[in-house]
Amino acid sequence: MFKHFISLEWKAFTRSTSFSANLVLKILMGLGALYFIVCFAILGTAVFFILKDEGLEPLATVNKYAIYYLVGDLVIRYFFQKMPVTNIKPFLGLPIQRSIIVHFSLGKTAISFFNVLHAFFFIPFTVVLIVQGYGLQAILWHLGMMALIYSNNFINVLINNKNSVFYTLLSVVVALGLAQYYGYFDITAYTQPFFQGMYGTLYLFLLPILLAVATYYFSFDYFKKNLNLDTGLAKKSDEARTENFTWLNQFGTLGTFLKNDIKLLKRNKRSRTTVIMSFLFIFYGLLFFTNAIEAYQNPMMQVFAGIFVSGGFLFTFGQFIPSWDSAYYQLMMSQNIQYREYISSKWWLMVIGTVIATLIASFYWVFFGWQIYMLIVVGAIYNIGVNSHLVMLGGAFVKTPIDLTMANKAFGDKQAFNVKTMLIAIPKLLVPMLLYYIGYTLFSATIGFLFVAVAGVLGFAFRNYVFTKIEKIYKTEKYATIAAYKQKN
Amino acid sequence: MIQVTNLTKRYTAERTVLNIQNLDIPKGQSFGLVGNNGAGKTTFFSLLLDLIQPSTGYIKNTNVQVDSSEAWKPFTSAFIDESFLIGYLTAEEYFYFVGDLRGQNKADVDALLKKHEEFFNGEILNSKKYLRDLSKGNMKKVGIIATLIGSPEVVILDEPFANLDPTTVHRLKTIIKELAQDPNVTVLVSSHDLVHTVEVCNRIVALHLGEVVKDIQTSPETLKELEAFFAV
Repeated sequence: MFKHFISLEWKAFTRSTSFSANLVLKILMGLGALYFIVCFAILGTAVFFILKDEGLEPLATVNKYAIYYLVGDLVIRYFFQKMPVTNIKPFLGLPIQRSIIVHFSLGKTAISFFNVLHAFFFIPFTVVLIVQGYGLQAILWHLGMMALIYSNNFINVLINNKNSVFYTLLSVVVALGLAQYYGYFDITAYTQPFFQGMYGTLYLFLLPILLAVATYYFSFDYFKKNLNLDTGLAKKSDEARTENFTWLNQFGTLGTFLKNDIKLLKRNKRSRTTVIMSFLFIFYGLLFFTNAIEAYQNPMMQVFAGIFVSGGFLFTFGQFIPSWDSAYYQLMMSQNIQYREYISSKWWLMVIGTVIATLIASFYWVFFGWQIYMLIVVGAIYNIGVNSHLVMLGGAFVKTPIDLTMANKAFGDKQAFNVKTMLIAIPKLLVPMLLYYIGYTLFSATIGFLFVAVAGVLGFAFRNYVFTKIEKIYKTEKYATIAAYKQKN
Repeated sequence: MIQVTNLTKRYTAERTVLNIQNLDIPKGQSFGLVGNNGAGKTTFFSLLLDLIQPSTGYIKNTNVQVDSSEAWKPFTSAFIDESFLIGYLTAEEYFYFVGDLRGQNKADVDALLKKHEEFFNGEILNSKKYLRDLSKGNMKKVGIIATLIGSPEVVILDEPFANLDPTTVHRLKTIIKELAQDPNVTVLVSSHDLVHTVEVCNRIVALHLGEVVKDIQTSPETLKELEAFFAV
């Protein structure tokens, strides 16, 4: 029976439209995955020696922060790991035992990248431990840790989509983390002995293994119970409220499109994820401005940060204009819609998003001084004046249909990479960095700001020209775009 | 009125899916398009709405060539399939949106919705559901009524009778007949159902493998004629 399932999986994989369409992309994705694997492997081997050089006992330190590692893993899984429910419906009416269906689906999650990746960290680390004389008990520790990773996998299956449970858990952990950082309360004092015990004793490692088995059993049970069309597999539909946003009526056609876009952002998983990501981008600057990473201290990288902080929404939303409307693109193309106004309304939406992000980012002023905030403001001006146009130009060529109901591919969408988009990305980031650098070295930081800001304003002046160009692209690409949007992945 | 000149669509050298040398649909006609699967009905409508590119030839909608100008859009409305609905809007929001695009204010749209209240059977307005969560039949109802907003002069419906329950089919036929009687409105309907098509259309064209094989003004014998033709 499993043979059948595996053969079906293989066919689904090789016959998906994206597989045949872009081998180059698959190779790039493979390279990306390989990069992560290599990073983890190197980290696994090196962390022992790094910690030893710092004067810390390696195993004890790893155990100390293990709790955060595991929680972090769960968080990432929550957002990005796909749940195995998607294609069960066709099997329900066939003479296949339900338990086999569930075992297969759960088994599929076990070989997911999210689990395998950790092995690339832990195996080298354990090997180093053994070689360094920690003895074969390290293997027990390793088995315990891997069992915990797998428990995470099944815990995610159980709590996925239950936002209340997840966010409560997350806030508790964040609170504990902050408490530890500021020295109030150290949770790791309590958790460290447990992880250490998996190495130190001969029996403690069995506990996580039992946990893994238990979580598998619970998720199996939960899954099986929910394997019918009126409960677990039922299409979840939210209760809808008709919202008329009459305050937008004063803006005419622009208002009409803005109304739709606001509803698009509010009511769809995929677009909501974009908004959350944009919000997180605002904090990206912390990496740069807190001197946390040495490589980021030069002025060019700081401009890079300035652009990213206010540009989150612009980049994540803008690159998919008009793909957001792919599901009803045929409607948009056959109705009395002036492309100009459509493009204009999307532009205004991005501007509003950027301004809001810049305002929220004003906390940088409080904590880091006005110069840092100037970087952000100047970055925002450049974003509004130049990057908004570039992003929409790029989007006009990317013909990927977007399924608004699926949240999964929001981050690092493989289909978003194509040569044209990458080429357009260069002026988005490199040009302002260069401008600032030139101004900074030749004159002063203030002149550097001025250069970037002036570039932004100049870009703004070209708005009509760019809009006309984008309109032309929409028109020439119309047929290809409609055909591409009809592809279901 | 619709004028088709030398229209062909082919996807590969061997596969010509549509080949219509000449077809004239005068204003005010109620035009029915029938044919088996793959006959080219949806292809024809897609070409008419400039959603796909003709391989040769062109279509003129009220003297506007559809693939070179957009002037036909203000007075043309269509419902082909689900991709003409915006899934994350409620039915009312969708109607108001279409109304906005056709220069109708909220009151106008409300008046039209009130007129067709029976058609909705109480399941669509105030239903607290987004369009994506409605049943297929209800989605179709929304799409069909949306084509009536703004008194368009050309109404295109692709297989409107499919997936509708018997009562709704009856009500839909009333709606289409009403449109057919308006000399200002040209209605184009495609269908697999010969009986319904014969009832609501005053001219029927049958397509087979992309070519026009029958072009008749509807009369009492039309149904028998068509059934005989398709009973191969």
